[in-house]
Amino acid sequence: MDHDATADVNAPHSMGTTIIGVTYNGGVILGADSRTSTGLYVANRASDKITQLTDNVYICRSGSAADSQIVSDYVRYFLHQHTIQLGQPATVKVAANLVRLLSYSNKNMLQTGIIVGGWDKYEGGKIYGIPLGGTILEQPFAIGGSGSSYLYGFFDQAWKEGMTQEEAEQLVVKAVSLAIARDGASGGVVRTVTINSEGVTRKFYPGDQLALWHEEVEAHNSLLDILNASNPEPMST
Amino acid sequence: MDTLLSSEGDSQRTQYPYVTGTSVIGFKYKDGILMAADMGGSYGSTIRYKSVERLKQVGKHSLIGASGEISDFQEILKYLDELILHDNMWDDGNSLGPKEVHNYLTRVMYNRRNKFDPLWNSLIIGGVKNGHKYLGSVGMIGVHFEDDHVATGFGNHLARPILREEWRADLTFEEGVKLLEKCMRNLLYRDRSAVNKLQIAKITEEGLTVSQPYSLKTFWNFAAFENPTVGATGSW
Repeated sequence: MDHDATADVNAPHSMGTTIIGVTYNGGVILGADSRTSTGLYVANRASDKITQLTDNVYICRSGSAADSQIVSDYVRYFLHQHTIQLGQPATVKVAANLVRLLSYSNKNMLQTGIIVGGWDKYEGGKIYGIPLGGTILEQPFAIGGSGSSYLYGFFDQAWKEGMTQEEAEQLVVKAVSLAIARDGASGGVVRTVTINSEGVTRKFYPGDQLALWHEEVEAHNSLLDILNASNPEPMST
Repeated sequence: MDTLLSSEGDSQRTQYPYVTGTSVIGFKYKDGILMAADMGGSYGSTIRYKSVERLKQVGKHSLIGASGEISDFQEILKYLDELILHDNMWDDGNSLGPKEVHNYLTRVMYNRRNKFDPLWNSLIIGGVKNGHKYLGSVGMIGVHFEDDHVATGFGNHLARPILREEWRADLTFEEGVKLLEKCMRNLLYRDRSAVNKLQIAKITEEGLTVSQPYSLKTFWNFAAFENPTVGATGSW
């Protein structure tokens, strides 16, 4: 690949991404990074990959930005009609199966992996993973996007059934942050959406407020601050 | 074709699989059919899912096991659901047996192959109806056959030779389970996409049971394994 970053600005927008959906005792927490890249250029450093379908169902989008947006638009439209007809909020299962229907029927053309998460009064909090190809799998937690490669081991060790909301939220933020540290296609801020019987809460964790991992160092405004803070020669030969 | 949910401009398709299941093994035994499959769903070389059920009931008399693309298997289960539903709606006391289900699936698979749009699976159908045991296999290109023991994928290379030596028509349930486990353990050692969590299903005239998921012990404590390169440093 050329080192000329501008050569790729017309490449399709792709969300090399990290997306996560986790169930806890009472609901679900969806998490994602915020980087949208066109080739090597970061087209949007503060995107929102957690998209609303209904009051009680949200999805995390990964892969092609265009494909995931159009799928979510169609499913939102179908769910809206379904809700009118049904007379009550759609269930997470119905939303997930509509996403599957589109992903599966168009499997040769779409390149998007989606995590559906929400809360309904019949099943409580549920997470469904719908990877490339249109397989649908209900899971206690799901990870997706290019950054998820770095999280399989982490979740094997850190995941526990029946966490509290705080534990689950910390787990999601930590995980997205770890993936951002190693995946060039993930970055920016960490967004989370919590859905339970009481409703929906959005949270925002700016990139500079996340924990530091291996070989990362504290951020400063300028070298001058470091030089002025401690006098004895911080510059070495 | 469903124009609302998919476009028609997709004429030359042969897809590629994304989430795949590995081997399924099945054989006839004294009282019916025994089948085994692990619960892995691979995503290329990543073992992404470890709780995928690849053995499912079909109607009253049949059991289906699938390897290959899981989304296509889920779609096949929907087709079978509809098939059984319509069969029940006749309300005539008849019910489709494993031979009929196998035949139906063979037509589906072969016709999709002819359109260059296969369902990317290898399927095993087994069952018992009116005392008659049936076990058949059909793949994504429509190749189909019946036998006393069948397998998909790696199972053909690793499990069938064991079965050719050790299978008998009068195996008891216990002997059958041990034989299946011997095959599955071998696959676990030698198939990169195998996962140590499996289910065994049995179907007899009385009915079908799919076991709970469980794991097999593996054996690594051999003298030859401890220092394999002692005689030839640098080898493996």
